[in-house]
Amino acid sequence: MTKAPNEPILIAGARLVDPASEHDAIADVLVKNGRIESVGSNLASDGARKIDASGLVLAPGLVDILVKTGEPGAEQRETLRSAGEAAAAGGVTTLIISPQSDPAIDDPAMVDFIKRRGREHAVVHIVPAGGLTKGLSGEHLAEIGLMRDAGAVLFSNGDKAVGNTAVMRNALLYAKGMKALVSARPIEPYLDANGVMNAGDFAARLGLSGLPAVAERIMVERDVALAEACGTKLLIDQLSTRAALDVVRRAKARGVCVHCSVSVHHLTLNELDVGDYRTFARLTPPLRTEDDRKALIAGIKDGSIDAMVSGHDPRPAEEKRLPFAQSSPGAVGLETLLAGALSLVHNEELGLHDVLRVLTCGPAQLLGLPIGEIKPGNSADLVLFDKDVPWVCDAAKIRSKSKNTPFDGRRMQGRAVMTFVDGCCVFGD
Amino acid sequence: MSDTYRKTFTGPHLLGIAGLNRLEVVALLDRAADFMALNRQRKKHSDELSGQTLINLFFEPSTRTQSSFELAGKRLGADVINMAINTSSVAKGETLIDTAVTLNAMHPDLLVVRHSASGAAALLSQKVDCAVVNAGDGSHEHPTQALLDAFTLRAHLGDLAGKRIAICGDVMHSRVARSDIILLTLLGAQVRLCAPPTLLPSHATDWGVEVFHDMKEALQDCDVVMMLRLQRERMTSACVPSTREYFRYFGLDRAKLRAAKPGALVMHPGPMNRGVEIDSEIADDPQISLITEQVESGVAVRMAVLTALAEGQT
Repeated sequence: MTKAPNEPILIAGARLVDPASEHDAIADVLVKNGRIESVGSNLASDGARKIDASGLVLAPGLVDILVKTGEPGAEQRETLRSAGEAAAAGGVTTLIISPQSDPAIDDPAMVDFIKRRGREHAVVHIVPAGGLTKGLSGEHLAEIGLMRDAGAVLFSNGDKAVGNTAVMRNALLYAKGMKALVSARPIEPYLDANGVMNAGDFAARLGLSGLPAVAERIMVERDVALAEACGTKLLIDQLSTRAALDVVRRAKARGVCVHCSVSVHHLTLNELDVGDYRTFARLTPPLRTEDDRKALIAGIKDGSIDAMVSGHDPRPAEEKRLPFAQSSPGAVGLETLLAGALSLVHNEELGLHDVLRVLTCGPAQLLGLPIGEIKPGNSADLVLFDKDVPWVCDAAKIRSKSKNTPFDGRRMQGRAVMTFVDGCCVFGD
Repeated sequence: MSDTYRKTFTGPHLLGIAGLNRLEVVALLDRAADFMALNRQRKKHSDELSGQTLINLFFEPSTRTQSSFELAGKRLGADVINMAINTSSVAKGETLIDTAVTLNAMHPDLLVVRHSASGAAALLSQKVDCAVVNAGDGSHEHPTQALLDAFTLRAHLGDLAGKRIAICGDVMHSRVARSDIILLTLLGAQVRLCAPPTLLPSHATDWGVEVFHDMKEALQDCDVVMMLRLQRERMTSACVPSTREYFRYFGLDRAKLRAAKPGALVMHPGPMNRGVEIDSEIADDPQISLITEQVESGVAVRMAVLTALAEGQT
């Protein structure tokens, strides 16, 4: 994507919140040649274009792990271009792309393809994740080494868990030798075969088959045990239950190199949001109970959760305008990730620092990427946002090609004003 | 040949390197040196085993090991018969012990056994009255291969004490690796293993070796690089993603070999998968490749083993 010419920019007078350095004060940031040149007060503009940012918050651009688009294979859902625009509007500057496409990203040529398409079409950074197994079938190891060298930063089996424990063990062992990060979605394939929403009283009343919370816990227990035995770094992708989080918390306490992410939807919504069979609230993992939601918030507060993600999974009307059980699970989230996260701040459930940590330096450190931090020399990937501005989420106005947001109609507070990628303004100019 | 070393190796069988001491190993290697000289003469005959019967009992197909033992026996004047078992009795349901008892009734003096099950040679040795040589049992040991490797290396490097030797590839399923590790460490070499973790036993670090998952790190300052065969069935299993990825990270080529000492020697127990675990350019480089020499050493080492065992019986 051709970006605007790289003129120097001085972002002046913003409240600079950088969780990595725990900086929180009014400061100026000078951007030159796409990088952060200096951070300080009353910086001379030095011929740079000055942006008056008083009253706004300046933070590192958000890093979103395992985003699905429809490219390649289902471009009617989303392309890298449309996902990039949605991300920019949401203050997200780096997307780790899920390998779950058609065909799957399971060889170095596909990794290269995603990188190239991202470079040419998206306004934000597009970073591919590789498949953990060939075709995400859960049977044969994918070429983790070759994909790593081609630029894949983590290895995932998409929404599908590797059901065969021996294969998962081999994948973790092999990844360790390649110094690669493995991400696992904790879904026990047999218990979760037919469910469409969280198993419990509400599902029973609605007459919908349930996805039991214990299915998630079983897989987290399994994968943490395997990672511990193999000595491999593991990311549990999108936890949703208290019990599973407890497993991760205990493992971390005994020094296991395990991390976890949680989606903004699971932090802000619960199973009751399914309401009257709203298919936009059908997600994988499903929205859980209020008790689970509160446990996840506590997990962010105490540092057990490393990353908050959008869980972006675009599904067009033809996949959602169906009876609940026949609809596809998934929600778009790139554009609402920041606002959803800020609602936790406004509801006094989390502090601004807690929220920004898991959106910026948390995921960046987990991936080992030099992003998510405002310091001289780093790429100028930044978001300038109004923390307090009220607005109403209207699915029709979402930039994604698919409009399936569970926040549709919801009153939101706070949104991105400007987004910068490599020092170029990609949104809000 | 002096009597002192002749009496050093006293075991009734050669089932593995484990259990041998340094003196026994050196005695066998010294003895092999004499046969090496004999094998290079035009008349390669000795009558040390004349009148004795050697049975090659191979439950797994093998070309080089079987022919090497056959040649060793014949050059020593023994009567040699080869039994390829996979096509005969076992197909009719006979157990390993049944076969052993049957063969024992034929009064062989030496029994050379290869079997796909670890421990098969040891089991057989308990049921027969003759000397048993393990020619490879499952993923356990292949002692004559280790002896011929050590013999070949001694011919080039002299004393192996302090020499750095990297063993690379499928250690997990390799009987050659297990025997080599024991033997080379016994001779004072510093052994390193290099493979993806899926092809390494989980507790290899307890074997007195250093473990690596990166070839360049593993080969740093090595005197010798020993490549192992990647069996075809492992390539498509969950152990290794593909042959191209395996060759890229674990196949020996000129670039990776540069990490080793200049002139580092290269070995392979054969048969090789060219372009999978070793580049042809390396395998065929007479300056550094000992691969054909290993085959030559094999006959001499096996002659040494057979004569030592035969003497032990008298």
